[in-house]
Amino acid sequence: MSGQRARFRRKQTLLRWVVLVVVFLFFVLPLLGMLDFTTQGPGGQGRTLATWRTLADVSTISVDYPALREGFLASVGLAVITPVVMLLLLVPTMTWVRLRLPGLSRTVEFICLLPLTVPAIVLVVGLTPVYAWVYYFLGSSTLTLALAYVILVLPYAYRSLDAGLRAIDVRTLSEAARSLGASWFTVMWRVILPNLRTAVLSASFLSVALVLGEFTIANLFSKKNLQVAMYELGKSDAKISVAVGLAALVFGFVVLFAMSFVGSARAGTSPFSRLRRRKEPSA
Amino acid sequence: MAESATARPAGALRRLRPSGALAGVVPFFAYTTVFLLIPTLVVVIGAFLDGDNRFTLGNLDGLSSPSVVRGIVQSLVLSAVTSVGGAAIGGLLAYAVSTARDGSVTKRFFTSLCGVLAQFGGVALAFAFIASFGGTGLLTVLLGKVGVSTGTGFWLYEWDSGLMLVYLYFQIPLMLIVFLPAVEGLRPQWREATETLGGTTWTYWRRVAAPILFPSFVGATLLLFTNAFSAYATAKALVSQGSPLIPLQIGSTFTSEVILGQENLGKAMALAMVAVVAVVMAVYAWLDKRASRWMQR
Amino acid sequence: MSATATAQGTPVQLTDLRRVYGGVAALDGLTLHLEPGELVALLGPSGCGKTTALRCLAGLEDPDSGTIEVGGRDVTRIPTNKRDMGMVFQAYSLFPHMTARQNVEFGLELRGRDRSARRARAAEMLDLVGLGKHADKYAHQMSGGQQQRVALARALAIEPQVLLLDEPLSALDAKVRTQLRDEIRRIQLEVGTTTLFVTHDQEEALAVADRVGVMSTGRLEQVAAPAELYTSPRTPFVADFVGLTNRLRARVEGGRAQVLGGSIPLLEGSATGPDVVVLVRPEGVTVAPAEGASAAGSASVVSASFLGGHGRVIARTTDDELVTVQVPNTDVTRYRPGDAVVLGPRGDAALAVSAD
Repeated sequence: MSGQRARFRRKQTLLRWVVLVVVFLFFVLPLLGMLDFTTQGPGGQGRTLATWRTLADVSTISVDYPALREGFLASVGLAVITPVVMLLLLVPTMTWVRLRLPGLSRTVEFICLLPLTVPAIVLVVGLTPVYAWVYYFLGSSTLTLALAYVILVLPYAYRSLDAGLRAIDVRTLSEAARSLGASWFTVMWRVILPNLRTAVLSASFLSVALVLGEFTIANLFSKKNLQVAMYELGKSDAKISVAVGLAALVFGFVVLFAMSFVGSARAGTSPFSRLRRRKEPSA
Repeated sequence: MAESATARPAGALRRLRPSGALAGVVPFFAYTTVFLLIPTLVVVIGAFLDGDNRFTLGNLDGLSSPSVVRGIVQSLVLSAVTSVGGAAIGGLLAYAVSTARDGSVTKRFFTSLCGVLAQFGGVALAFAFIASFGGTGLLTVLLGKVGVSTGTGFWLYEWDSGLMLVYLYFQIPLMLIVFLPAVEGLRPQWREATETLGGTTWTYWRRVAAPILFPSFVGATLLLFTNAFSAYATAKALVSQGSPLIPLQIGSTFTSEVILGQENLGKAMALAMVAVVAVVMAVYAWLDKRASRWMQR
Repeated sequence: MSATATAQGTPVQLTDLRRVYGGVAALDGLTLHLEPGELVALLGPSGCGKTTALRCLAGLEDPDSGTIEVGGRDVTRIPTNKRDMGMVFQAYSLFPHMTARQNVEFGLELRGRDRSARRARAAEMLDLVGLGKHADKYAHQMSGGQQQRVALARALAIEPQVLLLDEPLSALDAKVRTQLRDEIRRIQLEVGTTTLFVTHDQEEALAVADRVGVMSTGRLEQVAAPAELYTSPRTPFVADFVGLTNRLRARVEGGRAQVLGGSIPLLEGSATGPDVVVLVRPEGVTVAPAEGASAAGSASVVSASFLGGHGRVIARTTDDELVTVQVPNTDVTRYRPGDAVVLGPRGDAALAVSAD
């Protein structure tokens, strides 16, 4: 017996699959294009895995493509430094503001969300004189880009951490710890941070993703990170460059897909609701 | 820090407290001042300075040169088209994904895929389209076999055709990620209440779901707009000749050492970009305020 | 125009409804009749099928088999929006972008009523639920109780043939719950709409309903007026689910059960074996301080507590059974833990089930 509800569900399921399949094809065709391109034999004839074999061979790739190696290492370094600086800057500040300076919370939020209105390309323009000083004090290593990247990740990281802090009662937790004789450092390190694990993880993950995909600032400051290396290599040896791009996309997807099964899937998405001004829930 | 003062009289403590507490936020404000506020000021002030650091409106005049105007207009059109298109398709996608069961593989698969595609744009994305639609690309060849000619393949590098397609490729996933929470916020009771009150599915969409989703939809569309407007990497990797878009023009002021004073023209263009984004944000804020009459987040 | 229009109410007949979800029967042959203007509560633990029954009646779910008749008309195949049912959901069913008034007017608008008629009707309904002053508020500006009142007004505004209440009070706090519960009953009596009320709260069901149907695993265990349900449960499930029950070992002799040194009559449907367990309410047991040595019904007090309107003594018998006894609140202080007491049956009929 098929009632009207069943009919409605069937229609909904049909619509769902039509939309999903069409969009999926749009998403996947260019990726197949990449795969096709990287496996083309010499002169566009036949199939070969030579490109992928080269890519898998770490020793060859680092010798034959020093630029790629350099860019990759720089990006890895940036992907470590950026989240660390971001966390050191944001977690204590946001906790502190919640505990002791609630009047400043809107100012901090405003500053953290400001980078959304300042496109990276604009930031580059303004950062030029600042970086003259950075180079002067810290040297001109590619890793100094992390200082600017922290600004880029600020809105996303803020959103994640803010959601995390909202979920726990920072004040009660810290008062409880203080009443047991904990110092402020102990409160941060042993009480607040462990409770923010998920938020810290998601903020860090977003930062890593953003850093690995960053091109604008690095390119205009003539620094070689992974994206810039790919870009430059694309002109001379397109195949290896496209292969690196595809590998990066697949790697990113696998990590995200795996993460969606671990912990709450929400952690990955909530920071993107970045334009939304949250309001305290009215009782 | 202030808490070492617990042993002191209450009055002293109260007086000490603000300064002690403020010390805790100094690193944050120092850092954001150096790396965010100063750069912003450099752009804003630099836009009004000439090569000798004297006040001038000349840079703003530079904005009215035909090439800059073309860059801004083309950027605006590109952003508008891909944000509206991306919002429409991505919105439909978000609805389709929302009808899948929570925690189902379909839902996880699409949110993860979109998460990657929305973030990892740039160079890899440009390569993907070159590999697919370029002269000997997979799709060009496939289409050619079924008798559809995509021409010389140069269309891919044009701002009003190829770039639009490529931008959609990251706009649609971004829409899914931004808009999905709103679609999932629609409660099944609303549909059921509409039905028991005598409404059809169409009534539900027109009178209930659409008005509820509208502010989020417009907000997401505006976000897509600024996202496309600010994008640099994808365009840079695809477009090798000329600078059809304003971010590319700003970028070129970095490398061109030909014309003196270009640097501050770059700042003026950057200021123009900030102004556009600020207008978009203002529209969003206004909309958000209107919706907040009944919206509870 | 309102109250009189539906005052006669509409009879509802559910016949042999079945609904299976992935191998589990949510409805296993449910048959239920609602008299015109009657309020029937469906009571049962979660997953017993009570909500499925209500949703089938609303047309929000399709039964696999069986028929639904409203006012003599078979509506089993009629879509929800043509069934003319007013429904109040558990919570959050108000349209958030509409004010209370607009919510109430919505159904009337869909029925093509003109503006002034809608206005008048909405005002009348909001007054009926006591929210005349809050007509221009949005859902998030109202308390949970107020939101449910608006939902009730919205459901009633369309003069539905049947009013469906799906755990309308479960998301509210205790005080508001009792208040709104009584008000729902008052309003239902006033408008006279046939009503199906689904709840898992026995007190709620007993308080508002003309008749209560107790459901378990997709079946109706018993349908009866509240008092009858409480005093004469037909099945052990009903006896257990409605009210507190002592399970006491007893012997059946001559159609009566020998328990706690006394004898009580047995209800219809009781088990027959010589050894049984009888289900006795706390108020079906008497307690008194023991005077001298006594054999039958002697026990010692485990605890005595004051519960406001009444008191409760828990005692352990010489057979090591724990018995809960309801006592007048003034008597609580007479008992201390360890005191010897004598228990006895008050004589109310009880249900006996087989001892194993």
